[in-house]
Amino acid sequence: MARAISTRRKLTFSILGWAIGLLIFFPILWTFLTSFKTEGTAIATPPQFLFFDWTLENYHEVQARSNYMKHVTNSIVISVGSTLIGLALAIPAAWAMAFSPTKRTKDVLMWMLSTKMMPPVGVLVPLYLIFRDWGLLDTRLGLVAVLTMINLPIIVWMLYTYFKEIPGEILEAARMDGASLMKEIVYVLTPMAVPGIASTMLLNIILAWNEAFWTLNLSAANAAPLTAFIASYSSPEGLFWAKLSAASTMAIAPILIMGWFSQKQLVRGLTFGAVK
Amino acid sequence: MGSITLQKVSKSFGTTSVIPEIDLDINDGEFVVFVGPSGCGKSTLLRMIAGLEDLSGGRIVIDGKDMSNEAPAKRGLSMVFQSYALYPHMSVYGNIAFPLKMDGQDKAAIDKKVRDAANILNLTNYLDRRPGQLSGGQRQRVAIGRAIVRQPKAFLFDEPLSNLDAALRGNMRLEISDLHHQLKTTMIYVTHDQIEAMTMADKIVVLNAGRIEQVGSPLELYRNPRNLFVAGFIGSPRMNFIEGAHAATLNAATVGIRPEHMRISTTEGTWPGTVGVTEHLGSDTLIHVQSDGIGKITVRTDGDFPVEHGQKVFITPEERRVHRFDANGQAIQ
Amino acid sequence: MATHQTRATARIMMSPAVILLFLWMIVPLVMTLYFSFLRYNLLMPGTEEFVGFLNYKYFLTDPSFFTALGNTLTLVGGTLLITVIGGILLALVLDQPFFGQGIVRLLVIAPFFVMPTVSALVWKNMLMHPVNGLFAWIARSFGFQPIDWFAEVPLFSIILIVAWQWLPFATLILLTALQSLDGEQIEAAEMDGAGALSRFFYLVLPHMSRAITVVILIQTIFLLSVFAEILVTTNGGPGIQTTNITYLIYAQALLQFDVGGASAGGIVAVILANIVAFFLIRLIGKNLER
Repeated sequence: MARAISTRRKLTFSILGWAIGLLIFFPILWTFLTSFKTEGTAIATPPQFLFFDWTLENYHEVQARSNYMKHVTNSIVISVGSTLIGLALAIPAAWAMAFSPTKRTKDVLMWMLSTKMMPPVGVLVPLYLIFRDWGLLDTRLGLVAVLTMINLPIIVWMLYTYFKEIPGEILEAARMDGASLMKEIVYVLTPMAVPGIASTMLLNIILAWNEAFWTLNLSAANAAPLTAFIASYSSPEGLFWAKLSAASTMAIAPILIMGWFSQKQLVRGLTFGAVK
Repeated sequence: MGSITLQKVSKSFGTTSVIPEIDLDINDGEFVVFVGPSGCGKSTLLRMIAGLEDLSGGRIVIDGKDMSNEAPAKRGLSMVFQSYALYPHMSVYGNIAFPLKMDGQDKAAIDKKVRDAANILNLTNYLDRRPGQLSGGQRQRVAIGRAIVRQPKAFLFDEPLSNLDAALRGNMRLEISDLHHQLKTTMIYVTHDQIEAMTMADKIVVLNAGRIEQVGSPLELYRNPRNLFVAGFIGSPRMNFIEGAHAATLNAATVGIRPEHMRISTTEGTWPGTVGVTEHLGSDTLIHVQSDGIGKITVRTDGDFPVEHGQKVFITPEERRVHRFDANGQAIQ
Repeated sequence: MATHQTRATARIMMSPAVILLFLWMIVPLVMTLYFSFLRYNLLMPGTEEFVGFLNYKYFLTDPSFFTALGNTLTLVGGTLLITVIGGILLALVLDQPFFGQGIVRLLVIAPFFVMPTVSALVWKNMLMHPVNGLFAWIARSFGFQPIDWFAEVPLFSIILIVAWQWLPFATLILLTALQSLDGEQIEAAEMDGAGALSRFFYLVLPHMSRAITVVILIQTIFLLSVFAEILVTTNGGPGIQTTNITYLIYAQALLQFDVGGASAGGIVAVILANIVAFFLIRLIGKNLER
């Protein structure tokens, strides 16, 4: 019996697997469906699953009635901006730790990780006051700065594990070939590390996009990204489920797709290389 | 030009000394092989010459100039790495052109030099390929191509053939020797394989535990090993060493005799013994004999010497070819 | 590759990241520590004075601290229980070959990418709403009285939402660990006559133990700081039934403007998190050696 999988067994697991998958995915699917209903259909009992009059009205409404595009822009600026700055800081650092390690490199890495363990409320008060005094409250700049620092340890770690996989001899070869340090990084290391850098970037955009402590506490009308914008739907003045669903769908769809693409690298990034 | 002089060069990591002071002269155009068992410091020494490792003491002089603290790029040397260290994201052309590009040469000059190098190394048809699409031997040639385009003062090879299979290794040995005759540039070649050392070198440097045991031409080392280590390391199969009473009769602590310097007979000879394993190589046969009172001895004889396991034989060493060593392992002249 | 030059450059290349991160960690922390010894309320400027451990005394003897601590532990523990057990079962199912495995995998990990405010609001309104919610409709269809989730079992409701968000994380990591299990080992055990259950308990579970530990530790770090889900669903209520430490400190700082008290709470939270972090760091550090 050379591991021949019986069709029956496969069929059983297909049914089981799909049932579980759909069950877990259902809230997202439900949000997606509801976003095409009228507010009336959205709260109808019994619930309408597929056979209702599909409408795009909610998507128009959300964009017309609120500054939706501003919040989208904020989310993009904050997540992409913080990730790019983070990469600019982390690539040289990870290069140094991966290719010129010293006795203290490991300690530095562990220390960086430990900053990630600090609960945000531990520094909420002073940060809030610093932001208030420096006029950073409710600015994109402020949020970019905070999210850069929040995700910097993860970026360094992920890059470090990717750089570690590049043989040092290749960089030495570049050095023998007369490349200066800058050229070594630009012409040799970076192109070789592109896949790793790309997945690091993707994961960090996702994390920054969904960050919902600092974005809620340090932003108001102007710099609020989608996390904070969606939170404003929690006010109990009536049930706008269809519009909430439309806004939510738009907020999660791009990141969900990015997440699906980066799922292979996800485990490594989220466990700091502890599980590969 | 490419003469390299090491003056009291030493290396230590923390408190562990890897290489105590070494002095060595390498002449322009010479093919020098550093050979020794793994961990003997030969690669470290090469990397120090390349500038990839710091010196802990001493000086490295290249063409009369002290280069001890220069960056690798400034020393005018090329290196071929054990793993080839090709740039996987560049084509063969890009790999060979890289050092010239770093040197800031113009496109036409680069193109000519790359094509010339590719021509010498039979790579012309592969210039557009990526390293990943090449065989081991081709990658090796690309690595060499990348080294020669710079017209360096000297080539450094760090065990370049150890990742190739046996047949290819033989070919590449010839190609590298050939290249040396063509270019007449100094080459320093690190290997743990004494056959590579013997076949390619003008001058062999035998290293052990960071120290130079002996420097000399291949035949000098073969004929007059200065001590037990060199005697045992150079030559294949290994030299037989005999200690104890028999050695004492020759006024030595140990005597050594190479397998090819003995005669074996089924009828008469100096040392009687019993045949153990026989290895038939075709051209010749290696016979492992358990000799009474002397121990295990390997004898090389011609291809069709007929013996069987367990057979009684007699071994006669050639008196003139017997090496004698004192209690410290030094050769007695 | 270690020469003086490269080592010197390495230090320079590392310094921006290290210095910024150091400042980011140390400056606010020192400020928090300093504030925690002051009477300092933003509504009463000019009355700041050194009060020693008074803030800590108030914070730690406040009954709402113990409620919040209890809520935090329940939230972390409950979520871990659901995600780890659910994650193991899910990983076992997803590890079997079946039709459309790749797509199901995508469906299962999807909740992880949904921003916390969205998942909390979707669950609260569209699923758990006592009148129009889907759960209420299901309950009525079977003739039951619908549960008013956020009134009757508020903390459990939040646990459900958070568990839904983190189940994919646990599943994905445990699945990765499961897939690295040597197939020959399992076959050898089969040859030795081990049944499916004993194979699971003697081979599979021990193999996954490290991954399980990682899941528990990393999730704990994040679950100690659950915030958005509470903010948009219950605001910590009813009463303080869903207030965890994070939310308690947030309320003290940004709703009551008690900087001193909130800072003392912040330091307590840091200490709690550090206890967990200590074990996590050691685990990951051990992994780094290999």
